[in-house]
Amino acid sequence: MIGISPVSVSHYLLVGAVLFVTGAVCMATKRNALGVLMGVELVLNGANLNFVAFGSKYLRAESLGLDGQLIALFVIVLAAAEAAVALAIALNFYNNHATIDVDQANELKG
Amino acid sequence: MLLAAFDWHALFFTFFALLTCGFAVAVLFSNNIVHMAFYLILSLGASAGLFFLAGAEFVGAMQLMIYVGGTLVLLIFGVMLTAQSRFISMETRSGEWVMAIIVGGSLLFLLATAALRVEDWRSGHPNPAKVGLAESKTTTQIGMGFTGVRVDKLDPDVVGSPLVPGMSGYLLPFVIVSVHLLVVLVGAAYMARTKRRATSTGAAA
Repeated sequence: MIGISPVSVSHYLLVGAVLFVTGAVCMATKRNALGVLMGVELVLNGANLNFVAFGSKYLRAESLGLDGQLIALFVIVLAAAEAAVALAIALNFYNNHATIDVDQANELKG
Repeated sequence: MLLAAFDWHALFFTFFALLTCGFAVAVLFSNNIVHMAFYLILSLGASAGLFFLAGAEFVGAMQLMIYVGGTLVLLIFGVMLTAQSRFISMETRSGEWVMAIIVGGSLLFLLATAALRVEDWRSGHPNPAKVGLAESKTTTQIGMGFTGVRVDKLDPDVVGSPLVPGMSGYLLPFVIVSVHLLVVLVGAAYMARTKRRATSTGAAA
């Protein structure tokens, strides 16, 4: 471990980077539409982790303050809204095409 | 004392960070959609632990309640509603895996070097013991911030004119995001409803 103590913003950014990259690769490679949706959740969570790390008083002397936590709460609510809509679209797609494979979604005529 | 000298913050950070990253990677490399949903729950729950460690206890609690308790339950219902045997395990082609590993690895390398390059981020708090536990109670401040008053930015020296820069809270974004959530949920319920008449006529809307 490269200097695990004390814990700094860089460590949080590393975890956020891992979450972002796994989410992005998940979005690109999964064939199940719900797997793509899970990739989006991972990406949003990685961004949230960075916001909270920059707003933390324990990690930096001059931090973003409460703004980081407030923006993180907005991201959580917007992620919930996005998941609801994407799930409704996926269920509609499944009902109409009898498949959940995004590779066969080249004709979304509804 | 040995126990007092031990850096519990670093230990718990490593624990939750390994859980978060490990289960995120497990989501990526698992082919079974049910396993993926379970790993995603564990990964997001462990990242709530990281929020608690960063002093954002309200955001951590909301992560557990809204994300893990709400959004992921929605996702799991989606998995259950579409879980026919041929969709549970869908293999990705190996050529796509190679491409994804190359692109994802270079992206991760880029982000990691960027995160470790900045000196101000790499050096931690000079004296974290000085921060004090009382400053970590942020729930009231967050609630006041959403209603438009930033009590955390109040300066005790300028009681007469409390209008310091950055005092405006998040009332308008809060109202916008609440109406947005309401409209989105109504729209999602409208879109996902069962259409019995449409299937009989063959014209699915």
